[in-house]
Formats: sequence, structure tokens, C-alpha cells
Amino acid sequence: MASLITCPHCGVRPKEEFAIRGDASLVRPAPSASDEAWHDYVYVRANPRGRTVEHWHHVAGCRRFLVVERDTVTHEVYSVVDGAAAAREAQR
Amino acid sequence: MRYSAFSIVRNALSGNLNWKPQWRQPQPKSHYDVIIVGGGGHGLATAYYLAKEFGVKNVAVLEKGYLGSGNVGRNTTIVRSNYMLPGNEPFYEFSMKLWEGLEQDLNYNVMLSQRGVIMLYHSDGQRDAYVRRGNAMWMEGVSAELIEREQLKKMIPFLNYDHARYPILGGLLQRRAGTARHDAVAWGYARGADQHGVDIIEHCEVTGIRRENGVVTGVETSKGFIGCGKLALAAAGNSSRVGEMADLKLPLESHVLQAFVTEGLKPCIDHVIVYGGGHFYISQSDKGGLVFGAEIDGYSSYAQRGNLATAEHVMEEGVSMIPGLSRVRVLRAWGGVMDMSMDGSPIIDRTSIDNLYLNCGWCYGGFKATPASGYCFAHLIARNDTHPVARALRLDRFARGYAVDEAGAGPQPNLH
Repeated sequence: MASLITCPHCGVRPKEEFAIRGDASLVRPAPSASDEAWHDYVYVRANPRGRTVEHWHHVAGCRRFLVVERDTVTHEVYSVVDGAAAAREAQR
Repeated sequence: MRYSAFSIVRNALSGNLNWKPQWRQPQPKSHYDVIIVGGGGHGLATAYYLAKEFGVKNVAVLEKGYLGSGNVGRNTTIVRSNYMLPGNEPFYEFSMKLWEGLEQDLNYNVMLSQRGVIMLYHSDGQRDAYVRRGNAMWMEGVSAELIEREQLKKMIPFLNYDHARYPILGGLLQRRAGTARHDAVAWGYARGADQHGVDIIEHCEVTGIRRENGVVTGVETSKGFIGCGKLALAAAGNSSRVGEMADLKLPLESHVLQAFVTEGLKPCIDHVIVYGGGHFYISQSDKGGLVFGAEIDGYSSYAQRGNLATAEHVMEEGVSMIPGLSRVRVLRAWGGVMDMSMDGSPIIDRTSIDNLYLNCGWCYGGFKATPASGYCFAHLIARNDTHPVARALRLDRFARGYAVDEAGAGPQPNLH
């Protein structure tokens, strides 16, 4: 894992300040969605080898949720954006 | 190649030039009754028990690297059966019993050392939890002992008993638990399987799973297409990738776990000691090196290496438990890719495809389970029926609401 993460709010920070929540590519189903859709959302993971997007929480910094795109083999970090901004972008 | 005192003398007299390889290096046949993907401990044990106990001898084990290059050679060699949940404990105890007879069964020295595993507690609440766990073990017929502080001081005098934050108040001891030589386990199973006619094919990577009419007909590999009657996946950290070839959606994330070994010391640590203030575990190998590790690094990864911050955290835990460790020099560190499941427990089950079988989700507890995993998986493949001790370890348990969550952490793989 890269040692330094560039938080969009706090700048370059050590990665120990962050907690990883997990896969950010999952889309939360509607409350009335089928059991199977909820099962897939809660339990099933694509577990990619290569590029992945994750929710990271900047626990020891701005305490914002971020979306980090990185590589699970090389550990290179491609981008870090604010979670709310990423969600707004996705809705557009 | 069988070993005996006589064979050692005979080979010594002939200059040790006549030892034979322990298993053949066969070219793959065009078709096998069963193909096992993954030549780690679990895959090899599965092949061994399939051939020996269940009479299925036309079997191939496909390994993409060399034999024992994955997690079976990367763990901290601990074997134990001190689990709490009813879905887990009978399975791990079955494994412990197989461990106890393994050297005789394989005619191979796996250096099983039942030196005892002690898990320390540091508060009254943690003591209660360990009393509960010990009682749960007794209910499954497994002995456990609660060792109080004064007794523990005599047993293991060098611990930091008066640590300000995590004073050591005692521990839960399983005397039958201990360690085994991990490489020897892989080699012993490989030789045993080979003797029963199993083809172990190294440097043969599976690149695709061919299906016709909803059943698997064979696998595409780096050595060409190989047909099979049944396909069994035991690919550990790469389970999601292999499963993807058959459109399986798995409740797994691959994470990296590190382990460490120090320079060789004279015998000083007689047990496997597990720290309750964090999750640090340590034992001493027969060569004298202290072998230790702790939690996974916490981020999903397919790289077989970890990061320094976790290494530092592990060492800090160790020194806070055994201050004397601070003067010991670490020789090596390495990482393995763990197939972390969503409840921290493994999966041994059939899949939605009739002749495709799945063995995965071992998190970072796969080594101790090697014999039982192989036996139960072989039972499932041969008879199409779940072994009684593996009944809770089904793939559909999440959908049914029967997760086996030993840590109580929920569907968050990096917390198990």
C-alpha cells in the first residue's frame, strides 16, 4: 500500500490515518428490493485483482468518507475524491 | 520413496546419491475423474483422502506455481481446536484428531509438536469470555484449562504481567494444540497422494473453465485443455478469480497477512502464546527462530507482501507482551493472500453448477484445518454429500441467515 494518501480536504497524509470500509462499487438496493439483491449487496464481493474503488474514512483527519481508486496488486493509488462529491457525480 | 532408519543408513553408505524424488512430475492426461485446482495444503490433502479413503484415484492436482509456494508455506504453523461456535468446533477438533495421527498415516515426519496454545486474558470481561469458550470446547469433548495468574507466572515467567494497560491475568490453555512443520505437511500429503496414483502437476495455471449444458467438462490451462468429471476449487486467495471463470459470485475478499521470523535463539518459548490485548501470536521453531504474526493489514490485496506500518504494529504488540523481544533481530518477513470470508468461517460446499465443488474462505486459519478440510472436501466430492462436521460451512449460509461469525464482526472481511 502506498504510504501517503492525498486527501482532497487535508492534503498529503500517512495512510494510517484512514480506516477502510470496503468496496465502493456496490449500489445499495431499494428497501423493497428482493432478498437476493440485498444478499448480493451485503455479502457478495467482486474482489478484483487490479483496479478497485473503496470507501475510506479519514478517521484521524477531516472524518470525511472518501472514494479511493487503487490497484490491489501494485498498491498504486490512482485517485482520492470526496465520497459525497463522487455520489453527486454518479447521479448526474 | 518410503523412509525408515534402514533407508537412512543405506543411503548414507552410498553417499546420499540415491535418494529419489518424493513425487513424480507427470504430464497431464487428457481426462481425469476429478481435477483439483490449487496444490496447496488443502488441495493436496483433498487429493490424498480422495485416493486413500474414498477410492477415487484418477485425480489431478493443478498448481500454478511450485508445490507449497502459497499459504501452506507462509503461515505461522499453529494447529489448534479452541473455537467456540458449534458450527466450527467439531470441525476443528476433527482436524486436531487427524493431526494427531497424521505422521503415522503419511509415514512422514510433519514435526507435530503438541506444546500447548495459551490465549492470554487481560481483564475480568475477557476472562469471562474465555471461561465461556473453554466451556463450549468441553461441551464438544475438547479439553481446555483456565490458567490463573499465579500458575501462569510459574509456567511462563517472562511475560509482562504488570503492563499498565493490558496486565496479564491468566490464560486459556489447550494442551493438545501446538505447531507442525508446514512445508512437511504439503510434501507429506503430496507424496502420499502420488503414491496412491494422483498426478500432481506443477507450473500449470488454470486459465478457464469449460462448461457444456450447465456442467463443467474441463479446464483450460497453460499446458492445454484437460477434461474432468468433477472439478474442485481449492485456490485460497485466488478463489474469486478462479470462481469468476465459472461465473460464481463469492462472499470473499482477498487480504494480505504478514508473518515474521527472528534469528535463531536457544529454547526460550515453550508454548504458542497468543496476546489478548491485540492479536499477536508467537512460538519458537525447532531451528530456534521465533515465528510470529498478528492481524491482516486491513486492505484488500493480491500482493504477497505487506506494509511496514503493520510490521511495526506487530512488533509493538509482541514487545508489550514479552519485553525481552525488543533485543531480538527479525530475519525475515513475508506475506500471504488470505481468502477472507464475510463471517470469518470457511466454505466447503457444492455450487450452482452440479459437478463444481468449492473450498475457500479460510481467512487466516487455514493451516490448522488442512487435514479436516481435505477430508471433508474429499467426502463431499466423492459422495456428493456434506461431511457431518462441515454441515455449518455451507456457501448459502449467508442467504439463509446462518453465518458462523466467531468474532462477531459482521460482514466486514477486514475485521475478522
